[in-house]
Amino acid sequence: MSDLLLTPENRFQKQIEARLKEDGVELSILNLGPTHPATHGIFQNILLMDGEKILDGEGTVGYIHRAFEKIAENRPFYQINVLTDRLNYCSSPINNTGWWMTVEKALGIEIPKRVQYLRVIIMELARIADHIICSSVMGVDTGALTGFLYVMQYREKIYEIYEEICGARLTTNMGRIGGFEREWSPKAFQKIDEFLNEFPAVWTEFENMLTRNRIFMDRTIGAGAVSAEMAMSYGFTGPNLRAAGIDYDVRVAQPYCSYEDFEFDIPVGQNGDCYDRFVVRNAEVWESIKIIRQALEKMPEGPYHADVPDYYLPPKEDVYENMEALIYHFKIVMGEIPVPNTEVYNAVEGGNGELGFYLITNGSRTPYRLHFRRPCFIYYQAYNEIVKGQSLSDAIITLSSMNVIAGELDC
Amino acid sequence: MSLTNENIQKALIGNFGMKVSEFHQSHDILTLEVQADALYEVIRFLKEDTAMNFNFLTDVCGVHYPDYEESRQFAVVYHLHNWFENVRIRIKTYLKASQPEVDSIVTLYPGANWQERETYDFYGIQFKGHPQLKRILNMDEMQSFPLRKEFPLEDQGRTDKDDRFFGRTGPNC
Repeated sequence: MSDLLLTPENRFQKQIEARLKEDGVELSILNLGPTHPATHGIFQNILLMDGEKILDGEGTVGYIHRAFEKIAENRPFYQINVLTDRLNYCSSPINNTGWWMTVEKALGIEIPKRVQYLRVIIMELARIADHIICSSVMGVDTGALTGFLYVMQYREKIYEIYEEICGARLTTNMGRIGGFEREWSPKAFQKIDEFLNEFPAVWTEFENMLTRNRIFMDRTIGAGAVSAEMAMSYGFTGPNLRAAGIDYDVRVAQPYCSYEDFEFDIPVGQNGDCYDRFVVRNAEVWESIKIIRQALEKMPEGPYHADVPDYYLPPKEDVYENMEALIYHFKIVMGEIPVPNTEVYNAVEGGNGELGFYLITNGSRTPYRLHFRRPCFIYYQAYNEIVKGQSLSDAIITLSSMNVIAGELDC
Repeated sequence: MSLTNENIQKALIGNFGMKVSEFHQSHDILTLEVQADALYEVIRFLKEDTAMNFNFLTDVCGVHYPDYEESRQFAVVYHLHNWFENVRIRIKTYLKASQPEVDSIVTLYPGANWQERETYDFYGIQFKGHPQLKRILNMDEMQSFPLRKEFPLEDQGRTDKDDRFFGRTGPNC
């Protein structure tokens, strides 16, 4: 049996004994996590340390595994949306929209232009919220708490926008098959405008505080570097891949929701280290703001949902008086919607990279199989490879710069 | 030369003959079926051939088809992506129920490591040559494979905490 199949504690114990015999150096085992303020989520790394230096490590994940793929096989499509909220909970609307788009692709539903633009706005707001957390938490982990609290106010403003649109803040459960559950209120647009007016100045201030800060640069430049080849072979996507210098972005490679209508750049880094990841995320926030502005400007007229009575609930007033509406209402609520026999893979650019949904349907009311391609799960496996040979404090900052979200990791 | 479905199909059939079959366009992705014994070679060809150049492994996952014949009850699905030409491809390989086993592709794509472990964890599919094939999301002591269709979900209409209502009759913890 290979040593790798042992539990990490036993495997490292062997190495400790071997090293002690060899030259008398005492190595030690350190449990980083499962619950530790610096891990920002529930996952454990068992590290083999030589003083401050990490010699080897193994990540043990699954502490908040909730069997979403199994649950999804027993739920109608509209009830799966709440599961996607809980993947990357820092940017739920992206997951929601990705899921609806997968279903719409499987069912062959055309989405009105206005819905696509609204979706772009909400997804880019979610991306900003996601990057606000990641970038400011990097500040916290290097000892600068102020920036975190300062920009957190603006995440709150984004949550207020969510609230205005769907009534929820963190786990949004936003949208329906074919569009949104209700028209966006004028207040929602007003709040978006306010956000767009106030936030850029704050974000500039935040960037000024950290980007050329000597302490921050010393801590992050060169720490946790990933080469482009390594990033590609380990399945990196999203800001972490782009920081390594590869300009792959699902929004550009396979435009969905009319992303092809908007002008924006893909920021890329060079060295793939913590600093580059930080800078790339910050630059993406500016691109997102640019996209939202364009979407608001070009916003077409039209309905807020597609005209698909088979899948989209009729207005409640009609259900009481109109026979047809009652039938549709009943069928949709009971999950009796026409579903073809098909297989689709649909990907969106999530906060952390390519978030994919692989859906197999067999004509029944539930998916036959639903697999989430979670970007976190795939790139986090490279973590121990990256931190090998680094000091413990670099490992912490590497972890937070990779923006590993436990909910998405464990699914 | 741009990479079209016809080119891919021709090259694969030219190199692997009867081992590759069932080419069809499923929505926007070319899908094909590969026999399990040729899987490693097919993926290596798709990755290393200069015309194919599928440089990125997007996803690996398993599927259970208990209603199919014995030799096709499990499937492993690979999604590959060529970033240069922006072409995706989906490869399905069917495995027999009594001994679901397929070659690991960790040596080709290190990113397959955890994804194959996940597939093993939930379906019990063995990946030959995998360096560390052990459970990843579930606990090590678990003995069954929870995403197989016969594994029951907790009964939603339960009235008490009797373990039989949780599908916990066996040694599954």
